[in-house]
Amino acid sequence: MGFFRSLFPPKRSSASIAKERLKIVLAHERAGSRAPDFLPTLQKELLAVVGRYVEISEDMIRVTLGNAGDTSTLEINIEIEGAKPKTGSGPAFSAAV
Amino acid sequence: MAKVIVVTSGKGGVGKTTTSAAFAAGLALRGHKTVVIDFDVGLRNLDLVMGCERRVVFDFINVINGDANLNQALIKDKRHDNLFIFPTSQTRDKNALKREGVDRVMEELKQQFEYIICDSPAGIEHGAITALYFADSAVIVTNPEVSSVRDSDRIIGILASKSRRAERNEPPVDVHLLLTRYDPARVAKGEMLAVDDVKEILSIPLLGVIPESESVLRASNTGTPVVFDEDSPAGRAYVDAVARFLGEQREMRFVKPERRSFFRALFGRA
Repeated sequence: MGFFRSLFPPKRSSASIAKERLKIVLAHERAGSRAPDFLPTLQKELLAVVGRYVEISEDMIRVTLGNAGDTSTLEINIEIEGAKPKTGSGPAFSAAV
Repeated sequence: MAKVIVVTSGKGGVGKTTTSAAFAAGLALRGHKTVVIDFDVGLRNLDLVMGCERRVVFDFINVINGDANLNQALIKDKRHDNLFIFPTSQTRDKNALKREGVDRVMEELKQQFEYIICDSPAGIEHGAITALYFADSAVIVTNPEVSSVRDSDRIIGILASKSRRAERNEPPVDVHLLLTRYDPARVAKGEMLAVDDVKEILSIPLLGVIPESESVLRASNTGTPVVFDEDSPAGRAYVDAVARFLGEQREMRFVKPERRSFFRALFGRA
């Protein structure tokens, strides 16, 4: 069975791909429309600060505003896996992470 | 108290004018005095879909500017006494729809009618915002297709923030999903978003599902709202949607693929 399945992998329907893509893009846009205006600037400045220590590109940082019950949260995700430490100035890479 | 209903979608070509015409005619058939207004200034088309294009003398902008009074501009439908059409202007002046003027005309319409249907232009520009501003209810016309669903989500957000109800902190505009151009056979094959998928993504209550139907083009060809075609599945689906809007419980029809009989399969589509 496993052999046949690997030969003919079940093809995902295009409708289910559409649904998943919509869910992701709308989650982003809904969060974006409620977010305060400073978020893009904050994201840029964070990128600049982190960029002083690690080589990082724009798509590796994500700033989102969320709501959990009564508290609102500011979530900052910085992906540094595979990022190269900047050589030369600044504190040691290991200490920064 | 008169109720203002906006028919909107964000995206163009999904069936707003068809829906406005069908919904207005459906409400009239149920005994409610109804007017349907074209908000698409510069691209007048509701008159064609309603079959009264040769009877337009004065329009919405003439009334706003005081060049004509309301009753000179309103066109009484020849098929039903309860149904009136309020055509828009073909002017290219984008700012002809002044909000104070529209407000005054709406107040005047509320004295005469039970339901005021506002046929919104596509987009999120001045015309579309003006069309939704005065709404008590909204019919969000959506096709089971990614760009239409995304634009509907955007319009739902705008209704919640830019309508007069939102500005005045009143109870929010009552929004309803109307899924149009639905093809149950393609949904069964996994080629089209299903009604439950769209409902789940937009998370607003479902008013109806209008199946893709040849009768819709036939209706606009002849200038007849599709609810007047009793043989049309789309027409019957609109009649159901109007009944649900008025508070009736009706089962959703035309959401499962039609079973083709042996003879139909043999001799092609009847």
